[in-house]
Order: sequence, then structure tokens, then C-alpha cells
Amino acid sequence: MSETRCDITLTVNGETVAETVDARKTLVDFLRDDLVLTGSHVGCEHGVCGACTVRVDGVIVRGCLMLAAQCDGANVETVEGVSDAGEIADLQKAFEQRNALQCGFCTPGMLLTAQELLRDGGVPSREQIREQISGNYCRCTGYHAIVDAIESVAEARAGGKR
Amino acid sequence: MKIVEDSPSLLTALDRPNSYIGRSVPRPNLARLTQGRAQYVSDVVLPRMAHVAFVRSPHAHARIASLDTAAAKKAPGVIAVVTGAELATVITPWVGVLTHLKGLKSAPQSAIAVDRACWAGEAVCAVVARSRAEAEDGCERVAVDYEELPAVTDPETALDPQTPVIHPSIGDNLCFERVHTAGDPDKGFAEADAVVETTFMFGRHTGVTNEPRAIVADWNPGDARLTVYQGTQAPHMMQNLFAKHLSLEEHQVRVITKDVGGSFGIKVHTYADEMATVALSKLLKRPVKFVADRIESFVTDIHARDHRIKAKIGVKNDGTITAWEIDDLTGIGPYSVYPRTSGIEANQVVNLTGGPYTCGNYRARARVVFQNKNVMCQYRAVGHPIATAVTEGLIELAAAKIGMDPLEIRRRNLIADDAHPSQGPSGIKFEALSNHEAMAHLDSMMNYAGLRAEQEQLRNKGIYRGIGFASFVEVTNPSAAFYGVGGARISAQDGATARLDATGAIFCHTGVSEQGQGAEAVIAQCVATSFGVSMDRVRVIMGDTDNTPYGGGTWASRAAGIGGEAAWQAGKALRQNVLAVAGSILQAKPDTMDIRDGIVVDRDTGKERIGLDEVARICYFRPDTLPAGVQAELVATRHYVPRAWAFAFTNGIQASYLEVDTDSGFVKLLKHWCVEDCGTVINPQLVDEQVRGGVVQGIGAALFEHCLYDNRGQLLNGNMADYLVPMAAEMPDIEVGHVVTPTGDSELGAKGAGEAGTAGAPGCVMNAINDALRPLSAAPLTDMPFTPDKILRALGKV
Repeated sequence: MSETRCDITLTVNGETVAETVDARKTLVDFLRDDLVLTGSHVGCEHGVCGACTVRVDGVIVRGCLMLAAQCDGANVETVEGVSDAGEIADLQKAFEQRNALQCGFCTPGMLLTAQELLRDGGVPSREQIREQISGNYCRCTGYHAIVDAIESVAEARAGGKR
Repeated sequence: MKIVEDSPSLLTALDRPNSYIGRSVPRPNLARLTQGRAQYVSDVVLPRMAHVAFVRSPHAHARIASLDTAAAKKAPGVIAVVTGAELATVITPWVGVLTHLKGLKSAPQSAIAVDRACWAGEAVCAVVARSRAEAEDGCERVAVDYEELPAVTDPETALDPQTPVIHPSIGDNLCFERVHTAGDPDKGFAEADAVVETTFMFGRHTGVTNEPRAIVADWNPGDARLTVYQGTQAPHMMQNLFAKHLSLEEHQVRVITKDVGGSFGIKVHTYADEMATVALSKLLKRPVKFVADRIESFVTDIHARDHRIKAKIGVKNDGTITAWEIDDLTGIGPYSVYPRTSGIEANQVVNLTGGPYTCGNYRARARVVFQNKNVMCQYRAVGHPIATAVTEGLIELAAAKIGMDPLEIRRRNLIADDAHPSQGPSGIKFEALSNHEAMAHLDSMMNYAGLRAEQEQLRNKGIYRGIGFASFVEVTNPSAAFYGVGGARISAQDGATARLDATGAIFCHTGVSEQGQGAEAVIAQCVATSFGVSMDRVRVIMGDTDNTPYGGGTWASRAAGIGGEAAWQAGKALRQNVLAVAGSILQAKPDTMDIRDGIVVDRDTGKERIGLDEVARICYFRPDTLPAGVQAELVATRHYVPRAWAFAFTNGIQASYLEVDTDSGFVKLLKHWCVEDCGTVINPQLVDEQVRGGVVQGIGAALFEHCLYDNRGQLLNGNMADYLVPMAAEMPDIEVGHVVTPTGDSELGAKGAGEAGTAGAPGCVMNAINDALRPLSAAPLTDMPFTPDKILRALGKV
């Protein structure tokens, strides 16, 4: 440990990780560069686009606005972990079926943001869905298909037709 | 909602058993993207890879008096610090001109500025280090003395004698000028009952791809090969340019394009920093990676639009349009972008204004001028949003002036659907359009009469809603007329190779590339259908110059119409080859058989004869059992390029319904509609999503996006907090409808669909805002983007 280096121990996707990181390193750079978890993306590096969205202690955060050094002792989940756990399999399927992604760069962040809304149950309105994902930039789809896909999963989870 | 598994087929002519044409099949391999297992260039890591960051000029125009790299070279992790002069030993400069844009001129541009920076953001020095962070640290230790030069920023005065000339070697600040007159515009204006004249402004904006530009260049002196991983739309074009400017043979260069995080025309150009990255790899003999950060993206990704158009329309009281006139002025930065040039957009504005209307009295002038701002070049729907907004804006202003319904005036002036082939006011040739049918479809889809009644009712309550329209035509499937005839080595044709593997599955190698629009799916649909297997038996190989037929890539809405046709033909050719050998095996005539769902069958009865796996087994492992002289050919390649028409024009119409808050000036988008005709629809869902995404990009231009420069050439809002892009909460649901008029130029009949949304949306939203504010006697808004302050000014409230 020095002024510019920090020792951190954290859980990432269920695995314990102990590393020494630059104090200035963001969480998303740590995940991408040090752990090679490249599913979290870097889009704007100033907290606007949401491509770097990950979960820290159960809450979605911007991986570019949090330092790796702040994550000592935290439980971090990325799209790779949430995906492998099967937690968002229905959302992923719906995005694929509805073509709710084109280039896919925003998709990991979009999925984690959507899952936060849907996790507690209920069927949100299209306006509520749009509000929830309003911090996740998608240049390709125009959002309509993403709203459709999230809405369909909400209905299905609430015991609808799917 | 409603995930529709499969939309009803829109056509039957191309139906083969198990046809995928016209079906909304999901794109193959999407799970890799939803699971975070994609491989974007920004994810690529190679052994010994170094990272480059650039020192960029803070001045719009400055002489580099001195450059001291000593301290940077000693910084931790720094591998090399390279100046423009040093890099010039391995890479030659380029000039962005095309011979068919007569008179277009530009100056040589270097990978790194040598003695002068011409815009704020131009790279003046490269620092290569073990990590990007260390490279950036190194940049801070490079000491540059700049002598600031006067900056040319205002296009209006760029050509004035007292304005400094940015490149003295080319004489003046005029990059390109085109003057075009058709019919008799003076007579037309003289015959008009009403003339509307106004000035349209189109703010500079940019692409803001979610993944910034990224490149990894790997020069390996051991095998004398350069491998470049690049997020590009045109791998073969880049192969040519890397070879040309690094003095290599093209076959020494391999360009690999894996997943690309958005392109929209941003990633189809030559960027100085990317050329520098490749040259640095050659110089340092190891892989070098460059990923633009967002701030760099704003000052180096091509900007677009920035047109000032003085425009005029003449109209009779019966709605007949009698003449059009435009005078376009656009500023493109200090260099015409290589190799597609920065003259194409203004040229397109001249070509497309007046769109699909009958009035042929047309006068146009377009001037393209240099300035000390970031470069401008082709971005999604090149020229279309400008020409469409001008044409459709003029039409709705004229309709208001003579008191005619905006759909009615279009009905009286659009070229009749049965009058094609025809040509537009500028002489552009239309094979077949369906503007009237599209408008009728839109009218009923949106319940126009009902919305007008609702609008009227709400106005009485002080709620101001507007309905706006924009008819449009879109250039797709470009032939060699776009770039090839001007001397650029950009392929207009595309090839596809279909190959039967040893288990009866198909590999299809194609020259078009995937940017997320679904080209991979379309290629798979075409080859699966024409050959006769299910899509899960098709693997598409794309984005690799070593392993795909030569092709143009993905731009100008060409991937489906051109690449799809090549794949369709390759699948057919391979089917013939497989049936020939199956005939030998079965002692049957090949033309009595077909391949359906992976099985060779009797064509008439559908009776199963032999599986493809068995044909493949015999051909690959027991060819000794084939009759003497029979050689199975299990690979077939076909190429396609449009020949009958220079471009396959598509057409359509959009409508916007919105509400303007007259106290705050905010616009709330309530609903948007688009009816478009892209010919044969290969995959309805993919077409609809191209339209929706395109519409929202156009809405961004209309309401939010603007690269704001001060008069010293400084970009004031070059970050995502200050430069606004469309986000989900502000965007409307978008309804899409289709009319199908296939092109006769190809067997598939598919035209492009990638840019229609962006072409029409800005003009459509502009017209809706003006429609909303008309009862308040607001001055018509014609200066995009329509921000709340502009709306309040138009209302006289501020």
C-alpha cells in the first residue's frame, strides 16, 4: 500500500479477488483490464452513457464513477456473472427475440438496469420503463424495441402469457 | 406488447420451401452480445501490445514553434514519443479528393501534424506506453510552444478577401462548388401566386457511437504482415489505404473487424490518429492500441451537417409548385476527409432537394468551405436530412400560406406512382417509387383526421400540439457512380462465397460487414433460402480481408441489397453444384431435384433422396466411389453490383405528433410514424428497427444535438454531459409501415433501409413544431436544433 497503490479484496461474480490497484483506477477499468471482464463497457467515462453499469452490493452503479479502491470488501456483479447465474435469462432472450439490441455495446448495462426495475415484481408502465433506462444511452435502436422487450418480461414474470 | 415471433410474409415471389425471405427471424449469435461475451476492438489484447495517447492542439489554428519530448520520454511506462515529422518517415500524407466532384480540392493531411495544427483536437505528438494511463501521463510532459494563427470559423466570411486562407497552396478557402439549373426557375417563380423564402440552419452534430473509435495495429516484421483490428465499416477500403500510405502491398495487410459498437458513417473514414496508430506499430514493431476517449471523440470523430441554406419555393393557389431555389453554404473543417471527401453531402443536398416532386424548375448552388474546426464528412443519411427538411419545410410553409392541407399539397405535387421511371428536379433517376401509396397508408395508420380534430379541441384549452410530415427519397444500393468513378478504390460490388462443410452445413463468406444492423442475419437468410438449409446450418464469415471476397462493406444502405443479392446468388450456384454431384450419386438428372431443409429431394414430389451430410461424406471422404470424371465442386462464389440504375431510390413518408409547452419551450414527442418502401423486405423486424433507430437519430438532430463552437474555433460542449443525445424518456413510440416496390435490378429486389428514418425525421419534427405554433403567430422555426430558447424566442417570450 502506498499513496498511489491500494490493496483491495472483494468478491467479483462470486469469486474472491485480491489485487493491488492504482488508486486512480476506476472500477470499470479494473474489471476490464485487470480481471478481463470485458462485458462492462466504457462509453463516456463521465457517468452519462451507462455502458459501464455494474452491481455493487446489489445496487447498480456507474463503473466509471467509482474507483476500484472504493470496492474493498464489496460484492461486485457484472453482466458475465449475472448472465452465468441465469438471473436474466428471460430478459436476454426477450432482447434477442425482439431485436432490442443492434451493436450491443449498451446491452449489458441496459440489461442490468432493466433487471433492477423488474426484480421487485409488478408490471411497470412504458413510461416507467423509459424513466428507468433514461440513463442508459443507446444510439442504435431508438429505445422502442428495448421498452417492448422489458415490458414483455415484466408481463411474463407477473404470470402473463409467456 | 407483443413479441411477434414471425410477421406474415410480405411477398411470395421469392418463396421457396422453408424460405426465410420476408420473415422476422432473430439475428444469429446475439447471445454473445447479451451475455457480455462480444469482442469489440476496445476488448482486444495482444502480446507485447502498447497503448498510444495523443497530445492534441488546444488551438484551432497554430504553428508548432517547438516541441520538447525529453521529459515525456523519461516518464514511467513510456515506450516512445513520436512527433509528426518522425512519423512521416513511415507514412505518407493523403488528399481527400474525387475526380467526379469537379474542382474539389484539398490539402495534404498528415497522420500527426508536422508544423501546424489546423483544428483544436488535431494530434501534434504521440506517446506510446505500457498502459493508456501512462501514455496520458506522458502526454502531459510533452512541452509544445504554439504560435496561435488566426482561425477561420464562420463559413459566411470564409471566402471574403480579408479572411486568411487556411491552405495558401490551394489558393482560397473554397473546397467545392456546384451550380445546377434545371427547367426555367425564373419563369416558375413569375407564375407563382405565392413565394415563400426562408433560411434553414442545420447545426453541426456528430455520431456519438457508444463505442468510440478503436484500433489495434500489429506489424509483424517476421512475416512482413500488418494485421489491423479495427471497428470499421469498410475493411477492404482500409486495407488499400493502410497499404498505400505505409508502402506495403495490399496482400501484406489484413483488416479484421469483429463486433463494432455503432458506426452510422462515423467509422467509414480515414482518421489521422488511426493512421498514426498503424504507422506507430510499423515503427515500433509491436502491436499498438488506440481507443478514443469521449472527449477525443467529440473533437476528432467526423462532424456532420452544418449547412446554411437560403431557400425559396413558388406555388400557385391550387397548390401546384412552380419553382425551387436553394443556396447552400457548408463548412467542413480544414481538410476534405479522405477518401470519400467532404463534398459529397453538399452534392447530395443539390441532388435530393425537390425530392420526389414533379416541379422541374430548380436552381441550386452549393459551396463547401474550409474552416478551422473539426473535419466534417458523411454521416448516416448523408445530405438527406438537409434536402428533405428544406423541401418539406418549404412545402408546409407554402401550404400554410395558401391555406391548403399539408397532405393535400403533397398529393398534388408528388410524382404519380404509375409515372415511373421518372426523375426528380435535379435529374436523379427513379426506377419506381410509391410516394402516394405510402402517404395513403400513413394517413390511415395515424388516423390523420382524428388527430386534427383532437389538435383543434386541445387548442381551445391552450394546449398546442402539432402534426408534421416529411416525404422522402433515399439513395440506396449505390453503384460505382458513388465513389468508383471518382477514382476512389471503394468497391461498389460485393462477393459472397458459399461452401458446404463436411457435415452438410454452409459457410458463407461475405464482403459486407456487421455494425449491429443485422447484415449477418440477412446474409444467412438469403443463402439459407436459396441453397435450401435451415438458418442454424449457416455460419456467416465477415469482417476479415483475408477470408472474405472483396467488397465494399457497409455504408449507403448497401449491405442487404447488394451483399444479400450476392449471397442469394452464391447459394443458388452452390445448390446447382451439389445437385450435380447428387445426380451422379443417385443416377438422377440434377434438374429434377431440389435441396430443401438440408435434404436433396425430388423437385416435384418432395420425396427425400439423400441428406446433405451424406453427399458431403461421399464427396470429401469417399470420392473414389463417384463415377470416373466426376469432381464435386462444393464452393461457389458470386458477385453482384447494381448496373441498370446508379442508385436504388427508396421512398416513404414520416409523421410526427408533438406538444409544445409554450411557457417552457419544451417539446414533448407524442408519437412518430414512418411508412417506407425498401422493396423486398428480407427481414421485417430488422427493417423496422433500422427505421426506428434512424428516426431517433434524426430527432436528435432536430431537438438536441449541436456541436457548439465559439468564434475562436473552440468546441464548447464536447462531452456527453453538455452535448445532448436522445435518451429513452424523451423518445416516442414509433410505428412503422411498409409498401413493397422491389427493384428490378436484382433477383431479390431488396433496396436499403438504414437511413430512411434519419432522412425524414428532422424535417418532420420541424414541421410539427411550426404546425403547433402557427395559431400563436410564431415566426417559423427553421434553425436546428429546436431548443427551448429558440422556441421561446419564436414565440416572442424571451
